[in-house]
Amino acid sequence: MDFRDTLEEASFREHVRGWLHENVPEGWGMPRDQDPPTFEERVAFHKAWSLKLFEAGFVGMTWPSRYGGQEAPPTRQAIVLEEMGRVEAPDHVGPIGIGMAGPTILAHGTDEQKDRFLRKILTGEEVWCQGFSEPNAGSDLATLQTKAVRDGDRFVVSGQKVWSSFAHIADRCILLARTDWTGRKHEGLTYFLLDMHAPGVQVRPLRQITGEAEFNEIFLESVAIPADRVLGEVGQGWSVAITTLMNERANVGFALMARLESNYRRLTELAKATARNGSRAADDPMVRDRLADLWADLQAFRFTIYRAFSAMLKTGMPGPEGSVAKLFWSETNQRLTKAALEIEGASALLAEGSDRAVAGGRWQTAQLRSRGNTIEAGTSEILRNIIAERVLGLPKSR
Amino acid sequence: MDFTFSDEQEALRASVRGFLRDRYPIERVAGIADGDGFDRSEWRWVADQGWIGISVPEQDGGAGLSFLDEIVVVEEMGRALYPGPYLSGVILGIAAACAGSHPRLRALVSGERIATVAWAGPDGRFDVDPAPKVEYDEPNDLLTATKMFVPDLASADLLFVLGSSSDGTWLWWTDRDDPGLSWRELPTVDATRRMGEVVFDHTPAWQLAGGPRPALRDRALAALAVEAVGVGSAALDLALGHARQREQFGKAIGSFQAVSHPLAQSFMELETARSLAYWAAWAVDQVAPEAPAAAAAAKARASEAAVSACERAIQAHGGIGFTWEHPLHRFYKRALGISAFMGWPAELRARVASELLDRP
Repeated sequence: MDFRDTLEEASFREHVRGWLHENVPEGWGMPRDQDPPTFEERVAFHKAWSLKLFEAGFVGMTWPSRYGGQEAPPTRQAIVLEEMGRVEAPDHVGPIGIGMAGPTILAHGTDEQKDRFLRKILTGEEVWCQGFSEPNAGSDLATLQTKAVRDGDRFVVSGQKVWSSFAHIADRCILLARTDWTGRKHEGLTYFLLDMHAPGVQVRPLRQITGEAEFNEIFLESVAIPADRVLGEVGQGWSVAITTLMNERANVGFALMARLESNYRRLTELAKATARNGSRAADDPMVRDRLADLWADLQAFRFTIYRAFSAMLKTGMPGPEGSVAKLFWSETNQRLTKAALEIEGASALLAEGSDRAVAGGRWQTAQLRSRGNTIEAGTSEILRNIIAERVLGLPKSR
Repeated sequence: MDFTFSDEQEALRASVRGFLRDRYPIERVAGIADGDGFDRSEWRWVADQGWIGISVPEQDGGAGLSFLDEIVVVEEMGRALYPGPYLSGVILGIAAACAGSHPRLRALVSGERIATVAWAGPDGRFDVDPAPKVEYDEPNDLLTATKMFVPDLASADLLFVLGSSSDGTWLWWTDRDDPGLSWRELPTVDATRRMGEVVFDHTPAWQLAGGPRPALRDRALAALAVEAVGVGSAALDLALGHARQREQFGKAIGSFQAVSHPLAQSFMELETARSLAYWAAWAVDQVAPEAPAAAAAAKARASEAAVSACERAIQAHGGIGFTWEHPLHRFYKRALGISAFMGWPAELRARVASELLDRP
């Protein structure tokens, strides 16, 4: 057990730090991420940044070199994500492609599919979204009703998907649809690689609790998908989807950890800068207790991610530890953002954008956004089911 | 970076677990707790395994390994509720003896003698700098103090005393049976780890190398954190066994989410506390600058996780979990004991906050 970098890891980390120092665009980091003002500019900005990251060799590092990766050890990728988080660098435009679509195509795709899709995920040229959840199929995903009917060498797909991040800028979609209505609900699902520009695809943004629109509804009306865009076998969509979901929880850990760390740093700065009863909020025993507890959360999360990561290196597959980490992170982030509001005091009344708001009102938005953390990517209730049944060996609840 | 135990450490874990399963099944631990307590002649069994001198240099009769190897033993002892003096005799006692280059170190390593540390004063605080106040008559080597919450006092024959006299914080040592002192064991909630009181009244005592002992404190806190994780995991295992097998309404009760979700919560809390505890142990071993905050945070978090795991396990067991006959209460009492010893979570968090917020 050694929690330090090896010499080689340390020198790579130095390299990453140096590169980020040179290349992170002006205006990023404290106090507020300077996203360009219009939607088109934002997309162009993040695509250009993604290509830059790719060219530096910082994206999809563990992937085969044939598809733009470097077959590097996963620790390398972890170091890049940590360091990016530390300086609050802009994100790659295609997290769904990198974290979910890509690993699933690598695991189940044909050579043609791999050649066609993988590299463009890493360069940021093609953005992916996820079409799993439906209005009537959330946690009970396998009951989904989007219908795909075989018609010669293509499938015709109709239905509605929801909670799709990035769909409004996406070129591709990992889509789960029902091709067989006769068997049990987990059977008869098929996993498609959908072209979002195909006729019959419509995207409508969903305005969320923060007022922003990160998620979308996707409407599919008789959309034709060529049969060679099925990922895995027809009818085997559920097991392909499990690969996606396991990767979703495993891959985000390092990025979440780095972001939590920078949020914690901002929180302690807020506590030091806020006056209360003639001294700093950071001198209030109640505030100190929360800050110490959140620090314990942050470190516990960090080393749980590392331990899960080591276990994954040994077994080659993301394990159920990812469920523990996601469950823990989501609750920690909710506590952290709530603590910020309490430290702000009455200023927490002010919305983002108010000229009187503390830190531009970002904590108010962050706290509201955090309520989604225990819902997205597997609700906490579903994660507790997974832990109870798959890790602890308790009998199934259903 | 490597966040796993080595193959040798995993082999050590397996052998400690096997030893404890054979020699100290929970029925026997319960018998010891309800009877006269640990029989110090059994300490030789642990000595024979080589687990006392794990972190002692080879030239002093030890194995020359590290604190990280010791905590593997500690975790398993927590899991089995081992009722012997490993915390007092090894984590505290051996560390104090090594720090002070004590002449009887070899006798401690061989198991012939057992040490414990008398630290807290009547107010129960395990302060370091300054340590609890004592009076020391230096020209005559005579110590006067009252020490409380001395662990495993009945097994020990050597006492290390931590305190601050008029000229700073020091470590002294004396024999427990020196006629110049009086001691007694106090009835403790956790009878598997008993605590005592020692009154020194102009007692002959020898001064060891001086200075505050934050390293000793952090070592103990990290070990207590790891032990708590072991205790909590054992309680969770009992609850899981019960939930799988006990049927009501025609089904195993573990299939009800009202039962299974709290147990999943315990698992999450214990696993994250385990991560923190291992990191703290590593930081202590490496004398890393974050060791004081890490050890305090780990002990706070792990003791809370262990207490909650025991409480949820008692609840999941229903009435049987509330009986004296069932072993759960013994784990619960140890978890509470760990919480109360060397600082409740909120006290420890106050120290973490000082480390984080008050340094320039």
